Amino acid sequence: MEIFLQQVINGLTLGCVYAVVALGYTMVYGIIQLINFAHGEVVMIGAMVAFSVIGVLMKTGMPPLLVVAAGTVVAVPACMATAWLMERVAYRPLRNAPRLAPLITAIGISIILQHVAMMIWGRSPIAFPQIVKTHTFEIGGALITNVQIAIIVISFTLMGALMFLVYRTKLGVAMRATSQRQDVAGLMGIDINRVISATFVIGAALAAVAGVMIGSYYGQTQYTMGELLGLKAFCAAVLGGIGNLAGAVLGGVLMGLVEALGTGYIGDLTNNWFGSNYRDVFAFIVLILVLVFRPSGLLGERVGDRA
Amino acid sequence: MNRAARPRSPLAALGVILVAAALLVLPFALAQAGTAWVRITNLAILFALLALGLNIVVGFAGLLDLGYIAFYGVGAYVWAMLASPHFNLHLPFWAILPIGALAACVFGVLLGAPTLKLRGDYLAIVTLGFGEIVRIFLNNLSRPVNITNGPQGIARIDPVRIGEFDFSTTSKIAGLTFSGPIKYYYLLLVFLVVVIVLNMRLQDSRIGRAWEAIREDEIAARAMGIDTTSVKLLAFAMGASFGGIAGGMFASMQSFISPESFVLVESVMVLAMVVLGGMGNIWGVVLGAVLLTFVPEILRYTVEPLQKAAFGRTIVEPEVIRMLLFGLALVLMMLFRPSGILPSSARRREREGRQP
Repeated sequence: MEIFLQQVINGLTLGCVYAVVALGYTMVYGIIQLINFAHGEVVMIGAMVAFSVIGVLMKTGMPPLLVVAAGTVVAVPACMATAWLMERVAYRPLRNAPRLAPLITAIGISIILQHVAMMIWGRSPIAFPQIVKTHTFEIGGALITNVQIAIIVISFTLMGALMFLVYRTKLGVAMRATSQRQDVAGLMGIDINRVISATFVIGAALAAVAGVMIGSYYGQTQYTMGELLGLKAFCAAVLGGIGNLAGAVLGGVLMGLVEALGTGYIGDLTNNWFGSNYRDVFAFIVLILVLVFRPSGLLGERVGDRA
Repeated sequence: MNRAARPRSPLAALGVILVAAALLVLPFALAQAGTAWVRITNLAILFALLALGLNIVVGFAGLLDLGYIAFYGVGAYVWAMLASPHFNLHLPFWAILPIGALAACVFGVLLGAPTLKLRGDYLAIVTLGFGEIVRIFLNNLSRPVNITNGPQGIARIDPVRIGEFDFSTTSKIAGLTFSGPIKYYYLLLVFLVVVIVLNMRLQDSRIGRAWEAIREDEIAARAMGIDTTSVKLLAFAMGASFGGIAGGMFASMQSFISPESFVLVESVMVLAMVVLGGMGNIWGVVLGAVLLTFVPEILRYTVEPLQKAAFGRTIVEPEVIRMLLFGLALVLMMLFRPSGILPSSARRREREGRQP
């Protein structure tokens, strides 16, 4: 039972990060039906920029929490700028092209971002400075750290803020209108290009925070970290129903739980034929199962041509 | 229209003979510059084989497959397991080749069957996930029963041997010295010619036209009576078998394979070759493979010394340049010339606005 609870806590933490990243995928998909393949790389850039800023500031003797906050504050605009540029250069010119064209540029952008990051931050994994002192609390025999609590709280705050933005502000109305019918939204006086840019930029801001969170959680970053993280988050978005914000949150949390519990129990279930080294498989198996049996995802309603 | 039945002009025939002659002499010319260049040429042909296989799926049938390297991996691992000290099996070339192709084909069908009702971008992501699953299994199937030997990979793989003729050693034939890579060059060239001819025949066949119809408009194709599911499955299976064969050749040429050779980036690389050359155009795809194999190597030999001379150290590693080149090829081609360097005939028609 303790092991179960422990895996649930770990899964929830991881799932929150997936959910925050998945929101970026689902927003972009909802509005222009594009799988923003390079979104994972934006997360990586967020982690890397924060790493550099934290590395500089921690020598100044500032309080640790402030240093991490400063790292995040710098990472967010860096990621927003990256995403804005990305949309402008690689996606906007292809908005009316066949659907595979922007997906292929997205793959290209992702490769380019990865290797530019590698030139700047090097090839090998770098240790993410653990400057905030870790405290461990015990709940029913399972352990939870203050970093995990922070990740969960921050994630849900961000999700709440996004919901507010989408459902309670003028920009949110414009975004929802654009996602329903672009040309009609344009006729209603909505600046489509600005709304789409805003969608990318908001998703990138979330990705930046996710990058800092995952960096602090795992204690290391690498130029390739965005690849697998991004894919898993995308799987989470599909699981929840792509284009659906609540779905992305649900999918992310579920994906984290599936991965943590799967990794924790696969050894016992298969008589140690398979071990925790298969942890990265779960997300893809879930993805394939969802797409085969319920392509609209758990909360999605649109199917058919989209899937 | 049956292209092969069309009479060729004498000039075209002369051109074909000249190109053939040049290709036959090429390895000896390259060997003057160093055996490394022969090896790079072999790699280019291998990539051309792979790209031609992927072209069936992406170019002909219009299904974006991002896990294509998995089939290459399956072919390579089948070869490695059947012809190495790992299981102490040393099957002959003619036995392994069909087994490898068949194994890759089975994987192609396994992937295709449940996913083919998905369209476009979703299919791309599922194939990508499939590729990752295959890689993770290759990486981990070393216990409890050692099948793939895990991350260490399989070493000391047998070279191609036909009868007594060993393709990895140097031998003298008719007064000419044929080194291992040169022999492999000719073998690969034969494969390439066979695959190109097969592809051309496929493209002009009933199946080829069905693929084209599906690529342009799946619903219309179905309305015309095409069994879209089985035709798409066929594209997957055929593309996969070509990938499997290329994988087998890779394993025997390198004599060592590990899961690292079958990562996502490799799939993207092959895709970049197809996109650069021109999706659906056989010669374009071959050109794409040759360009994207040679240009990075040429850069490796020029940019690195240049940097050393200018700055005293290497600032941008050749490997990074290579990857940036692939990324740029994908982005720039899609933005400025989505039909590739040599557009396929259907794409050309589209651009000229003519009806087929």
